[in-house]
Amino acid sequence: MSATDAARLDVTQNLNPEKAQETAAVPEAGRNQPAVKIKARNVDFFYGPKQVLQGISADIRERRITALIGPSGCGKTTFLRTINRMYETVKNARADGELLLDSESIFDLALPHLRRRVGMVFQKPNPFPKSIFDNVAYGPRVHGLANGARLAELVEQSLRGAALWEEVKDSLHKSAFSLSGGQQQRLSIARALAIDPEVLLLDEPCSALDPISTAKIEELLFAIENRCTLVIVTHNMAQAARVADYTGFFLTGKLVEFNDTKTIFTNPSRKETEDYITGRFG
Amino acid sequence: MNRLTWRKMVNAVMSSVTALCALIAVVPLLFVLGLLVVKGTSSLNWAFFTKLPVPVGETGGGIANAIVGSAELLLLAALFGVPLGVAGGIYLSEFGGWGVPFVVRYAADLLVTVPSIVIGIFAYAVVVLPVGHFSALAGGFALGVMLLPIVVTNTEQFLRTVPVWLREGSLALGAGHWKTTMSVVVPAAMQGILTGILLALARVAGETAPLIFTAFNNAYWNRGLNQPVSSLPYMIWIYGISAYDDWHRQAWAAALLLLGLVLVVNVLSRLVLARRMASRRIA
Ligand SMILES: Nc1ncnc2c1ncn2[C@@H]1O[C@H](COP(=O)(O)OP(=O)(O)O)[C@@H](O)[C@H]1O
Ligand SMILES: [Mg+2]
Repeated sequence: MSATDAARLDVTQNLNPEKAQETAAVPEAGRNQPAVKIKARNVDFFYGPKQVLQGISADIRERRITALIGPSGCGKTTFLRTINRMYETVKNARADGELLLDSESIFDLALPHLRRRVGMVFQKPNPFPKSIFDNVAYGPRVHGLANGARLAELVEQSLRGAALWEEVKDSLHKSAFSLSGGQQQRLSIARALAIDPEVLLLDEPCSALDPISTAKIEELLFAIENRCTLVIVTHNMAQAARVADYTGFFLTGKLVEFNDTKTIFTNPSRKETEDYITGRFG
Repeated sequence: MNRLTWRKMVNAVMSSVTALCALIAVVPLLFVLGLLVVKGTSSLNWAFFTKLPVPVGETGGGIANAIVGSAELLLLAALFGVPLGVAGGIYLSEFGGWGVPFVVRYAADLLVTVPSIVIGIFAYAVVVLPVGHFSALAGGFALGVMLLPIVVTNTEQFLRTVPVWLREGSLALGAGHWKTTMSVVVPAAMQGILTGILLALARVAGETAPLIFTAFNNAYWNRGLNQPVSSLPYMIWIYGISAYDDWHRQAWAAALLLLGLVLVVNVLSRLVLARRMASRRIA
């Protein structure tokens, strides 16, 4: 057995058997794929004159977890920030191509509406300087979704959804800064869930967390998957193998390969993918 | 002599020189403070804080009217300078593009360096002359004009320290620019903004020159915002240049009081700021 095979075996062991069944148990041809939630066709992205994404095309499936992997600086974050048009805060940033959310162009949607439907969790936990309650209630208040008892209920639901309720139910009015890093990141997820998004984008949500907090977040992703399409950027190959139904591999601004996770990790069709997964670079 | 010894020597000499410079820098402050304590403490008594001045020749009396007057003037200055200054700072940091903010920022920097007597003359021209007499309002306006650029600059700077990822957290939830500014960015910078306001108030609290042409002076209680009013710095000035020993002693005591108040505000707000910076670094 070569070193490459050994390395591949190593990652393969992380593949989640349940996940593998969801996608690969169905025969290749007649596979009953979930609907396409986000459809990207030839998406290019520029920071001023510098092109950062080139011709990205992908179908992101509804109520599934899609992982985006690839070396640093290859454009994963940029792609996420294109989907909710977060890049518009950067001067001279520009996206081209077709990017559809349920067959509507995201470029045609009003920003508050698009961001209500497509939530985002950032790499670093970013609680607002407010109480735990007010953090979660922020989105519903912005969109006028609920108030009074109904809002309190929504906050509880969202905190439960982010597996944080039991830990904070007695301290809802404490500052969000009093929470640990892992709790703060789950608070960010609860905050995003509170406006009931259809898609949740997560940009390396566990990169600043310890293994236990990471495991908690991975677990709650499975729970959210039933109500929400998830796109997660991760540096951690084992994490992609564990949580994702589909995986896309980015390299220098291109989406080199996009397929179900098992195929990417056991039988990638591109040499670059294989090299990256087996740790030969990146 | 080998290199290591040489380096050690240079190091020792340089650190002693800089330590000496630092010491020389704080000596005036310590000297002033010491002098005020020595000369002023004896006149600090209950009457000093609660009584009006008495006519020359009589002993006793206090400067209660100047203490209240200073508070009145600072309050007026804050009412004028703080809302405008904070709004201006928010505009510069959050909404300014290129042209206007550049001009405003430059104007604010210039305004800070304008001698305070000039600001007094300005307030005299726009408030005192039209109304026809000196008033607390005019004095408060002059101090407010001094406050304004400091508050603008300080507010802008603290808003700029609010990290991008905090703003983006709000924008990503679909909140607009204005909502994000008012609900997330300003609260995040609030402690810094408030501390800056306190420091600015402490700074203008000791200004005499802008009051000469505006609030003027008053040996009695101020009887309305459109009447002249006494203040600590003005009183120190008048008593200080007078020919009476009793007034001199009271001027020392008033100076001690003013410096004490300013020092307390300064130290407290800087402590709060330092603690906040430290806690943010941990978070
Ligand atoms: N605000 C920006 N301005 C200019 N270039 C940027 C900006 N943000 C990211 N980039 C560049 O875009 C490329 C892709 O970055 P990013 O999407 O953050 O990569 P990844 O998330 O895969 O590490 C990098 O070369 C990075 O330097
Ligand atoms: Mg990134």
